Amino acid sequence: MDRTTSDILWQLEQVDFSYKDQPVLAEIDLTLSSGKCYGILGPNGSGKTTLLDLLCGLAAADKGEIRYRETLLKQWQARELAQRIALVPQDFQVRFGFSVREVVEMGRHPHLGRFSSLTEQGHALVDAVMAEMGVDGFATRSVTRLSGGEKQRVAVARALVQDPEVLLLDEATSNLDIYHSLSILALIHRRVVGQGLTVVAAIHDLNLAAYFCDELIFLKNGRIICQGPTDEVLRPHVIEEVYGVEAQVREDAFSACNQVSYRLPAA
Amino acid sequence: MCLLLLVAVVVSATMGFMQIPATTVLQLIGHALSFSGKDAGFDPVVTAVVMDVRLPRILAAVLVGGMLALCGTVFQAILLNPLADPYTLGISSGAAFGASLVIVLQVVGLALPSALSVPIFAFAGSIGTLFTVLALASEDRRLSSTSLILSGVIVAAILSAAIGFLKFIADEQVGIIIFWLMGSLSGISLQNIFFLLPVALIGMAVCLFYSRDLNIMATGERAAATLGVNTVRLRWILLVTCSLMTALCVSVSGIIGFVGLIVPHLLRHLIGPENRQLIILSTLGGGLLLLLADTVTRAVLPAEVPIGVLTALIGGPFFAYIFKKRQRENG
Repeated sequence: MDRTTSDILWQLEQVDFSYKDQPVLAEIDLTLSSGKCYGILGPNGSGKTTLLDLLCGLAAADKGEIRYRETLLKQWQARELAQRIALVPQDFQVRFGFSVREVVEMGRHPHLGRFSSLTEQGHALVDAVMAEMGVDGFATRSVTRLSGGEKQRVAVARALVQDPEVLLLDEATSNLDIYHSLSILALIHRRVVGQGLTVVAAIHDLNLAAYFCDELIFLKNGRIICQGPTDEVLRPHVIEEVYGVEAQVREDAFSACNQVSYRLPAA
Repeated sequence: MCLLLLVAVVVSATMGFMQIPATTVLQLIGHALSFSGKDAGFDPVVTAVVMDVRLPRILAAVLVGGMLALCGTVFQAILLNPLADPYTLGISSGAAFGASLVIVLQVVGLALPSALSVPIFAFAGSIGTLFTVLALASEDRRLSSTSLILSGVIVAAILSAAIGFLKFIADEQVGIIIFWLMGSLSGISLQNIFFLLPVALIGMAVCLFYSRDLNIMATGERAAATLGVNTVRLRWILLVTCSLMTALCVSVSGIIGFVGLIVPHLLRHLIGPENRQLIILSTLGGGLLLLLADTVTRAVLPAEVPIGVLTALIGGPFFAYIFKKRQRENG
């Protein structure tokens, strides 16, 4: 499969989703193409995580159609989908004392037969990704003994080992310090540019979004307020409408991208 | 571990009211396995004691202990709860209730064949209990340890009162019901073994088949689902398989608690949480532990103590210890 050509991955048409009679997402129309980094932005409870769940088939739409590579998402086998789409959850928790390496190796599960074990290439991939994510230094340590940031890096490593064409990030770096947050996103971004990986990231930090995302999708109360290329839609009036804060967007020479500053509106 | 278990089987067969040398035991077993049918000139009393009395009971102890520990391992892994086992979840009590019900129905006059209806009713009881407990605990969406165990205790308490009521109705047959409440391996026949062995093997095969999925479940249901694990189906298959094994154990031996809790817990500390190894070693370890405990009650103690009482006496404090330790870790 040639991953460098940009083709359409998802098509969502008039998708509604509600949880226990509470509407979470409504009338979502969305087209996502490969090889791009998308940011999903919006206040708490605006439906970001649910949208990710819909994209990877963890939740099914009540109304409307979701297609992945032109096939209805619900017609995909869970295993085939898992070979293509990986998710890094917000708060990655592991029960029982599995070692870091064991947890990362779990990412190979969708590629393995029921009775086969990891191939040599599989091991090599695991080694490479673990080194890349900087978790090789504590490969044998129990995951339950890691700090929040270390655990999150293990989660990203596990998703990358899955060798997906799409990486979904659900606030995956929110709990990390600036250095690790930036370096992990930069590393993922290199895969977007170099290998045509597609990223859809629910993200809180507008500046991180401005820094890494090609396109942004703004959600509020389960509806898409605005979507488009980052430079076009990251505008003060959009931020004001979505978050209810006054904002300023300016070019920043130091970080070489737009930066946002904000304040509460005067009472 | 396998070797240890074999040695324990032989040693246990030598012990008892009548001391029989290990060589004789080995010769007897060898003779039986060769199926020659010839009379090899063994003392008929010794043959009867070893082959008809001790070995069935020993094998039953190994199989029941093994299955209970296997079920404990799987319940703990699938419910993400290190305190889960057939006993603490109330499933054993459910099975005992089903089994007692058969006796009462027989007293009332229904002609139910015991050999078949006891395991079937026990299975119905255990499945019913499992779903009641899960339904009770699932208000708390993450199925936390405490709410799950609490639900298990509540349901088990109701069930033991219900068994008490059945006891009251059953009157003359009370002895058998008490047997189910306390757990004992004294009434085992060779017929039971032929029943237990295939179920144990099939159950273990099913659990091993899903062991990698079970590992992945440790990262939570959502994360497991994104790796292509069908979490709902996995839960169903494994919970039903283990309930079936528990029901069968209870229908031959009554309620034997805590074996399923202690063995996987200790082994997880020793060899780690990888479920394929854990399932195999827990099964062997559970068999070994119950055989040791049963040999103690049968041959060492002056009077035979019901095995369920013994395991509860050892297991109860152990349970309290884990519970306290977890509280400290979470607090």
